Amino acid sequence: MKEKTRVEDVDRSIYDIKNKDLDAYKFQSGLDQDVVLQLSYEKNDPKWMRSFRLRCLEMFNEMNMPQWGPAIDGLDMDNIVTYVRPKDNKMVADWDEVPDEIKSTFERLGIPQAEREALAGVGAQYDSELVYHNLKEEVKQQGVIYSDLESALHGEYADMIRDHFMKLVPPNDHKFAALHGAVWSGGSFVYVPPGVKVEIPLQSYFRLNAPGAGQFEHTLIIVDEGADLHFIEGCSAPKYNIANLHAGCVELFVGKNAKMRYSTIENWSKNMYNLNTKKARVEEGGSVEWISGSFGSHVSYLYPTSVLAGRGASSEFTGVTFSGGGQDLDTGCKAIHLAPDTTSFVNTRSISKDGGKNTFRSSIVVMPEAKNSKAAVSCESLMLDSISRSDTIPAMDIRTKDADIGHEAKIGKISDDAVFYLMSRGLSEEEAKALIVSGFADNVSKELPLEYAVEMNNLIRLEMIGSIG
Amino acid sequence: MASNILEVKNLYANVDDKEILKGLNLNVKKGEVHVIMGPNGAGKSTLGNVLMGNPNYEVKKGSVKFMDEDITGEDADKIAKLGMFMTFQNPIEVPGITLSNFIRSAYQAKTGGRIRIFEFKKKLKAAMEILNMDPEYADRDLNVGFSGGEKKKAEILQLLMLKPELAILDETDSGLDVDAVRIVSEGVNAFKKEVDGALIIITHSTRILESLDVDYTHILVNGKIVKSAGSELVAEVNENGFEAYIK
Repeated sequence: MKEKTRVEDVDRSIYDIKNKDLDAYKFQSGLDQDVVLQLSYEKNDPKWMRSFRLRCLEMFNEMNMPQWGPAIDGLDMDNIVTYVRPKDNKMVADWDEVPDEIKSTFERLGIPQAEREALAGVGAQYDSELVYHNLKEEVKQQGVIYSDLESALHGEYADMIRDHFMKLVPPNDHKFAALHGAVWSGGSFVYVPPGVKVEIPLQSYFRLNAPGAGQFEHTLIIVDEGADLHFIEGCSAPKYNIANLHAGCVELFVGKNAKMRYSTIENWSKNMYNLNTKKARVEEGGSVEWISGSFGSHVSYLYPTSVLAGRGASSEFTGVTFSGGGQDLDTGCKAIHLAPDTTSFVNTRSISKDGGKNTFRSSIVVMPEAKNSKAAVSCESLMLDSISRSDTIPAMDIRTKDADIGHEAKIGKISDDAVFYLMSRGLSEEEAKALIVSGFADNVSKELPLEYAVEMNNLIRLEMIGSIG
Repeated sequence: MASNILEVKNLYANVDDKEILKGLNLNVKKGEVHVIMGPNGAGKSTLGNVLMGNPNYEVKKGSVKFMDEDITGEDADKIAKLGMFMTFQNPIEVPGITLSNFIRSAYQAKTGGRIRIFEFKKKLKAAMEILNMDPEYADRDLNVGFSGGEKKKAEILQLLMLKPELAILDETDSGLDVDAVRIVSEGVNAFKKEVDGALIIITHSTRILESLDVDYTHILVNGKIVKSAGSELVAEVNENGFEAYIK
C-alpha cells in the first residue's frame, strides 16, 4: 500500500490559483445572435451546427427560467462571457507544448501525473477550449476514439456525431439545455467499438479560470455493443466575487450488453451556478453506473438521467453531495424504465453544514411496457448543525402493477457517541467529525479509484477542518 | 512512595440532570490495578465516562487530577493525549477508515510525530499476534461488521499500540466466551508488563480478574465507593454478592 498519494498535498490554494491575462481572446459578456454566429465562426462549425446553434438560441430566448429549484436570481446572462479562448490556443498531445501557466495549473491539480500513473487517456479543458488531449497508444490500437468534439465534427465520425448530438438531451429539455446548444464549446467525443473493453479509465478535466465566464463543454460518449468504458470527469475553478456559469451537457449512449461507468468529482468554486445536464440511454442488457461527488458551486441543479430502453437494461446511481455555508445544492437522479426486466438502483448521501442547503430530488418512472422491473431508492442525509437544511423529494411514477419498487430515506445528525469514541483516542473534535463524515460518504469513495477517493476525502477534510492535515 | 497519577476528589456528576456520582474518591498510582465492582446502576460506567471526558456527563462538584493536571471538564482528546485510555462496551463502527490507519492516526495524534509505516506495521502485527487476531482485520474498516468479541479485541489492540499511563476497561469481559476472556486477559497482561500501565477495571463478573494481579478492589454503590480492600474482596463479592453493601 502507498503511504502517501499525490493528492494528499492538495489544499484550497491549489484550486484557488487564478491566472491573469491569459485569455488572448474573449467575447463581450451577454448573448445575442451575433455572439452565437461569431462563436460558430470561431469554431469552424459545419453548416448544420451553425443553424442548430441559432435554433437553440431562439428556444433559449423563449423559455422561462426554472421556477421550482434553488434561486438563480444572481445569474444574469448579460454578465456572462460565453467564450474565452486561452492564449496561443492549440490543442496538443504533449504536455510540454501546453503554455507554461496553464500547464502549471494542471500540474498542481495532479492531472499529468495521474495520466502517467492511472489513466488510459486525458483531456484537459481550460475555459472554453481544450488545451490537451491524449490517448495511450495501446488503447488507440483497440480502435477507441477519444478526441475533442470540434475536430471530430469534421472527421471520420462526423455523421455519427450528427446522429447523436443533443438527441438524448434535446435543446427544448430546459432553458439551460437550449443555452448549451447555442454556445457549447469544448468537451470530448469518445467512441468505443463493439466488444472492446477499456481496462483503465479515461479522464477529462475542466478548469474554468476567467471571471464571469461560462463553461459549456459537451461530452458525447458512444459505447458500442458489448464494450466497456470507465470515464472520469473532474472540475474546479478559482473563487471570484461575480457569478460564473457551468452549463455542460453529457450524453452517453450505451449499446446492447455494453457497460459504462461515469465518475465525477465536482469541486467548482462557490460563486458557480452549476446547471449541468447528464443523460444516458441504455440498450438491451447494457448498464450505466453513475458515481457522483458534488462538493462545490453556489447553486447546483444536477440530475443524471438513465433511460432504460432495452430489455434487461440497468442503471445504478451512487452519489454524495456536500453543502457548506452559502451553498444550495439540488441534486439527485432520474431513471426511466421503458422496457421489461429493467432495474435501477439509487444510493445517495448528503451532508449539510454551516447553513448549507441540500435537496435530494429523484424521479423514477416505470412505463406500462416495463413489466417485471425493479427500482430501489435509498437516500441518507446528515446534518451537522441546526442551521443547515436537508430535503428529500423522491418522485415515483409507476404505471405497471408488475414492478418491484422500494424506497427508504433517513435523516440524521452526527452521533455524539461516535465523536466521543474517536476523541477518546486523541483525535480532535474536528478530526473526529471529518472522519465520520468521510465514512458516511464511503458509498461513493469506495467506488472511486484510490487517488480520487483520497482526493474526495481531502475535500471533506477541507470542508470540515479548513485545512489538510 | 510513588505519587498518584490519578486523583479523584469528592466527585459529583450528572447525566441528563440525574445525579449518578455522589462524592466519589479514588487514587491510582503508576502501575496499580484497581477493580471497580458494584450492582447495576451504581455508576460504574459513569465513572469511566466522566474520567475520559464524555461531554454527555456533567461534573457538578469535585475534581479530577491526572498526570499532575486538573482535567475536570476537559475535552476527551486532551485527556487521551495526557495518557488515559478507555475501552468501550460498544465500540462505534466507523466506515471509511481501516483499523490500521485509525490506530496510526491516533498514535500520531497522541505522540505528535509521524511513525514510519514499516515500523508501525511491524508493531501492529506483533500486537495482533498476542491477541490471536486475524491480520486481515488490520485492513478492515474500524469495527464495521466485527463480532462482539472482535470489537473487544480491537479495543485491546489499541490499548497495546497506544500505551497509555492509565487504561479504564469498561466491562471488557461482558459477552465474551471463556477463550476470548483469556485472550483479552493476555493482552491486558502484556500491556502491564510492557509499559507498567495502571488499570481501572470496571466489571461485574470476575472471570477477567483470574489471571491478573489485582492491587485494590472497590465496591461502588449508589455513586460512592463504600468499601475498598485488596484482591481478597473479589472473592468475597463472588461468594456473597453486593447484598451487604446495599442499604
